[in-house]
Amino acid sequence: MALAGLDLDVRVGEFVSLLGPSGCGKSTALRILAGLSAPSAGAVAWPQGARRIGFVFQEPTLMPWATVAANVALPLELAHADRRKSHGAVQQCLARVGLTDFAGAYPRALSGGMKMRASISRALVTEPDLLLMDEPFAALDEITRFRLNNDLLGLWQALGRTVVFVTHSVFESVYLSQRILVMGPRPGRVMAEIAIPAAYPRDEDFRTSAEYAGYCRQVAQALAAAMVGERAT
Amino acid sequence: MSERILRVALPVVLLALAVAAWAAVVRIEAIPPYVLPSPGLVASTLVADGPLLMHSLWVTLVTTFEGFALAAIGGIGLAVLFSQSRAVEYSLYPYAVILQVTPVVAIAPLLLIYLPQPLAVLACAWIVAFFPVLANTTLGLSSVDHNLLALFELYKASRWQLLWRLKLPGALPQMLTGLRIAGGLSLIGAVVAEIAAGSAGAGSGLAYRIAESGYRLNIPRMFAALLLLSVAGVCIYFVLSFLSHLMLRRWHESAIARER
Repeated sequence: MALAGLDLDVRVGEFVSLLGPSGCGKSTALRILAGLSAPSAGAVAWPQGARRIGFVFQEPTLMPWATVAANVALPLELAHADRRKSHGAVQQCLARVGLTDFAGAYPRALSGGMKMRASISRALVTEPDLLLMDEPFAALDEITRFRLNNDLLGLWQALGRTVVFVTHSVFESVYLSQRILVMGPRPGRVMAEIAIPAAYPRDEDFRTSAEYAGYCRQVAQALAAAMVGERAT
Repeated sequence: MSERILRVALPVVLLALAVAAWAAVVRIEAIPPYVLPSPGLVASTLVADGPLLMHSLWVTLVTTFEGFALAAIGGIGLAVLFSQSRAVEYSLYPYAVILQVTPVVAIAPLLLIYLPQPLAVLACAWIVAFFPVLANTTLGLSSVDHNLLALFELYKASRWQLLWRLKLPGALPQMLTGLRIAGGLSLIGAVVAEIAAGSAGAGSGLAYRIAESGYRLNIPRMFAALLLLSVAGVCIYFVLSFLSHLMLRRWHESAIARER
């Protein structure tokens, strides 16, 4: 069993991170939220009407045979949306992630960061209530990752969506989230919950501040404790 | 650039040398044409028998093309069916394998007994060309990116959308590989069946001409017909490779020159 007694409460409009070592069931929890896996026991309860989900995978997961615009349009086309309306939505979503000039490009022509932007753009095109992100920036270099962190925060503030973000980076989780759930492995469960009350917008000043370093220490200690818990059991 | 020239120039030079050596041996040893004709005689036979051979080539190519088309439709269709139903796959796949591993030379005489000759030849072309299309397309359809599958599931894609928008485009590279192999094999199947039918003497395809010329000790014509068959096979291969390149060039790694 990957998870045991996982109790997760996400508030509307919130930015929550699930932080933990690999194998602690973070991704499984996310897949259950998305309805891609069924929990062996328990259920996911939703506020009324709010069910639209956007999912960003660890890899960009773009169709290599389709242009960036066609990739972003996919969720709308699968739902048989009106062509003209969806064209506008696609253009808007591409503009949000700065890919307007690459609408007609094929994924292979894009850098890793740009592929991830396209993937985020696709997740946003259905205007989801909940955006689930499964270590989306893990494979990117640090410079690109920092830039995408900032862009993601900008999108979150502009759009007011709820975000559940899975990561194994202490620094990334502190920088992005309002609340961090530290998970421990075997079986996966939430070991600690840490609020990061720092004000938004957060930027490079925040990333180098003593406040940020303090939160990082606190979260890193909680993570270390969660791992010790594993060794004891 | 120079590498590209070498790739064309070297085989051409080798061919010229081989032909020259062949001509020299025939001349010096004074080998009679019914044992080994000189390249010049083969060429003049090709011109003299041109209309006859071209007609035969046409007959064989039509059979090849029909066999290829049927193999493409049947192979892709069956592979799609397999991807939709495991029961169908388990029931039929072993028989597709049996059809493939049984040498077509051995099946051809039997088919000639039960079917009218043109149909029997077509059936042979189909039998050998069909399996690579089926096997490669099946592989392509079943090796779709799992994350993309999850994505389609998340957006509640229908079975049809899953097939049409994800599985078939994803399987296209393997499918085209299968078709490229099938093109050559279809020609081989047609030739084998024509040779097998040759003794019945009713055919008019190029392979039948080879068999017939053999009986009549018309060795130059045998060479001329053989040459035409090879050229036809090479053409089929290049046309299919080119089509495959056209369809994949914009997105597939195989069609993109690596940066050095």
